[in-house]
Amino acid sequence: MAQWVEACSTEAIEQEEVIRFDFGGRTFAIFRSPEDEYFCTDGLCTHEKVHLADGLVMDNTIECPKHDGVFDYKTGEALRMPPCVDLKTYQAKIEDGRVWIEI
Amino acid sequence: MFGLRFERAGMAIVGAGECGTRAAYALREAGYNGPVTLIGDEASLPYERPPLSKPSNRGIEHKLICDTAQLEAAGITYLPGTRVTSLDSARKVISLDKQGHLPYERLLLATGATPRRLTCPGGELTHVLRTLEDAKRLYEMASTGARFAIIGAGLIGMELAACLKKLGIDVTVIDVATRPLGRAVPDVLARRIHERHVEEGVKFRFDAIVEEIDKFGVRLTDKSLVAADVVITAIGVAPNISLAKASGVSTQDGVLVDAFLRTSASDIFAAGDCARLDLGAGKTARYETWRNARVQGEIAARNMAGGAQPITTQPWFWSDQYELGLQVVGLPSRDHVNITRHLVDGAEIVFFLDEHGRLAAAAGLGPGGAIAKDIRLAEMLIDTQVSLDTKLLADPTVSLKSFLKRTQLA
Repeated sequence: MAQWVEACSTEAIEQEEVIRFDFGGRTFAIFRSPEDEYFCTDGLCTHEKVHLADGLVMDNTIECPKHDGVFDYKTGEALRMPPCVDLKTYQAKIEDGRVWIEI
Repeated sequence: MFGLRFERAGMAIVGAGECGTRAAYALREAGYNGPVTLIGDEASLPYERPPLSKPSNRGIEHKLICDTAQLEAAGITYLPGTRVTSLDSARKVISLDKQGHLPYERLLLATGATPRRLTCPGGELTHVLRTLEDAKRLYEMASTGARFAIIGAGLIGMELAACLKKLGIDVTVIDVATRPLGRAVPDVLARRIHERHVEEGVKFRFDAIVEEIDKFGVRLTDKSLVAADVVITAIGVAPNISLAKASGVSTQDGVLVDAFLRTSASDIFAAGDCARLDLGAGKTARYETWRNARVQGEIAARNMAGGAQPITTQPWFWSDQYELGLQVVGLPSRDHVNITRHLVDGAEIVFFLDEHGRLAAAAGLGPGGAIAKDIRLAEMLIDTQVSLDTKLLADPTVSLKSFLKRTQLA
């Protein structure tokens, strides 16, 4: 059953940046786009189990910190090899200056 | 025995490591629709080598680059356990030990490299790490609790030392130099990695010359003995160039290639560990890294398929030892000015600026992936060729992204 979880303050993530968020033994990546929208994906790269929050956010993409893999964090789509598996994405919403994700 | 039968001669790739396999896929991505044959001398499906010296608690990871179904879906004919015995560049055909002859339209040499061996007495008693089989053998011996000596304090030797130490193995690293990691890693970072190993209980013998290996271990020229049950040599690799050489393709510690990865023979390309790249101004370089294998394989494939893309990517590598992650981009040189940026959790980045104040290289060390983002940004800053303010570069509160945005606006 999916549930809404309060993750962090909207200010905890800089524009065009990402943070790691761990909950219930799982790890997620929460993104703030250059347009100030928030997005959430699984926290680990689908290729090598590396934390995506250590990677570089450019526009709507996140680059894996290790292996050059690139994902669209809004859709989860794997844009560049090596990862061939898309990232799972989750709903995110803002309430009273807090970021909530549905996991 | 007869040859593979295709309606037309297609692309042949010799070597099914990271480079060759990436090239096979990149040919398809570039729109090439003729036959693609990928020839590997190992029995396994193509696999990733980096995990072999970075095993986790789960043991060695046999991480496949692709499986049979994926190769089939891409229309790639994979020949495992197959050696190319000769290359006739005039008739454009290669001979295989198992499948007769294979004519080619264009050929990629992605033959990789082979670990160098010690030439001293007993050198044949030592082990190396390059293939999955090598790794299996080493970790089997480690499971018996044997004492290990590693000759060579380069990246492979140091990563291996960290892995073995994690397994509770007694490890001594021996090197002729006075510190580990040679020229590839700046002094200050190499020292930190060294200290981290010492903290874990790895023993080091620097400034040491090996005289002989025997059943007791490694005997040094100062007459001391490093007692060991298993001796590993990790003293670098030699490029696999015999096929190219025998067929008259120009070689010199590598198969010589231009910026488009073309060799001296028409329709023959080379990429990855085996290729020596012409950098212009009489300089050449051969890179032995995972990313170089991928990038060169990719670009060679595009050019084989009719493209004309030169190599412009900066050399980059990473290493994981204990919790520490190291990344280096570009080629640091002694002539560069060093600027250090200290990040949180003891992470640090050393920037290397050329005489015009432009970023030429950057090296970072820190826990996990702490420096990854900044090294990637540094790579992009190197590409911009813009002079950078050294004060701002040293200031961790100034994001590297802001430098990039500034240069893009300018």
